[in-house]
Amino acid sequence: MSRTALLFLADGRFPAGGHAHSGGMEAAVASGRVHDTASLEAFCRGRLHTAGLVAAGLAAATADGYDALALDEAADTRTPVPALRHISRRLGRQLMRAARATWPSTDLDHLARHRPQGAHQPVVLGVTARAAGLTPLDAAQAAAYESVGGPATAAVRLLSLDPFDATGVLARLADELDTVADTATDAAGRAMTEGLTALPAASAPLLDITSEQHAAWTVRLFAS
Amino acid sequence: MNITTVQTPTVIGSPAGAPLRADGGAHGRRSAEPSPAHPSGVTATARIRAAHNGRATTVPLLHSDGPFHLRRLRAREEQARVCVLGAMSAPLGGDRLALDITAETRARLEVTGAAATIALRGPTTAPATYDVRIRVDDDASLHWLPEPLISTRGSTLHQTFAVDLAPTSRLLLREEQLLGRSGEAPGHLTTRLTVRRGGRPLLDQHTAYGYPAPAWDGPAVLGPHRATGQLLLIDPTLDTPQEPHVIGDDPAEGHAVLTPLADPQALIATAVAPTPAQLRHLLDTALAYVYETPRPEAEGEQ
Repeated sequence: MSRTALLFLADGRFPAGGHAHSGGMEAAVASGRVHDTASLEAFCRGRLHTAGLVAAGLAAATADGYDALALDEAADTRTPVPALRHISRRLGRQLMRAARATWPSTDLDHLARHRPQGAHQPVVLGVTARAAGLTPLDAAQAAAYESVGGPATAAVRLLSLDPFDATGVLARLADELDTVADTATDAAGRAMTEGLTALPAASAPLLDITSEQHAAWTVRLFAS
Repeated sequence: MNITTVQTPTVIGSPAGAPLRADGGAHGRRSAEPSPAHPSGVTATARIRAAHNGRATTVPLLHSDGPFHLRRLRAREEQARVCVLGAMSAPLGGDRLALDITAETRARLEVTGAAATIALRGPTTAPATYDVRIRVDDDASLHWLPEPLISTRGSTLHQTFAVDLAPTSRLLLREEQLLGRSGEAPGHLTTRLTVRRGGRPLLDQHTAYGYPAPAWDGPAVLGPHRATGQLLLIDPTLDTPQEPHVIGDDPAEGHAVLTPLADPQALIATAVAPTPAQLRHLLDTALAYVYETPRPEAEGEQ
């Protein structure tokens, strides 16, 4: 339909609930692992090439028309910890609500009917991109951007970082973000013939471990 | 029909704990011949197959190859046991190594390693590959508990673990990685772990550490930790859902989390720690926690 749809989708103001999540940043700040601009950049780079790459692959494959329910299972197998599966499905449910209102489509209806508790967020993102007339690469780009945009914004709030510095971090990651989106889209293309194991499955032990620690906190600023 | 343990004179008497040496050494790959200028690396596939003969588990196939010298250990109750000894320094750059382990219906098998596996650069910067293929049939059980893999400076190793489980089978798999020897920068180490249960994907994971993996030592991936590992337990008798369990309250000493996969009969512990001893302690703690409630068949991994 329109390139502008990608801007909507990647905009933090799109009402999909992402602002309530820090992508592991709150736990990283609390433990002191992220404390300045340099450690913020290292965190974002690590997340981009692991969780971001996986999300981008799933989103691209879904936008390509691959069976969304099979991809939802593929997301489960790539998410070993329940806290992150839970968050991903909750974000998926919220995105689904916004997407159905914005770009009504039978694909979105189909996925919502089969996953009433929420499908994994990157899968919903892929179906949404398709419904909005976007390409698999667009979906991958949005997923990759989201994987670092959320944590960077959260770091500004958690560390009182200068927002210009945080934006600078994202700008320095721009080329790598493009590479991740390309790699993910390429893998999604291969998944058509090689099966779902062709999709990226990159994992980050600290994101897994600290997500469960964070989920057990009684007081927190961010939901994840 | 008993066993064909392949033994070669150079392997006998090779102490498992002997230091592995990149230059060949007394037990190394090039002790018998002068080293060629550009050796192409070793290609080897070792195979283990355990079966149940109606009374006990036997090991009808024990095929050593290249650096893998397979040795039968005394059975522990119903469990047949095999130890993998390092017969030469491996993997080095350019090596193509594979290990096939099959536990057939009702067999109970434990495979351990005698010493850490050390990935070294060798004479070439070419990547080495190490592929472990595991199949566990119906009502069979496999414990795969090797010693850690150490990635040393300049080495590149791509590992895969492909695990195929029957729905009624049981698996305990431990995997430990040390990034660099003490105070040393690691090589490049990637590991792809894929587990299927009853033909359906259960777990798909890919890790990449050491240059050029981006931000592998950053605060999202390993941070300052240089020892990381996992314990995977799939057991059809795990019928009560396990709540996530966090282990270790001081991140500087290492920490771990024990959680169920989407399939509640599968549990995974993921750990990071500063040292191999702390890593092992975290994984042992996780395993002990799973079997905290008394279970007759439960067994520690000491």
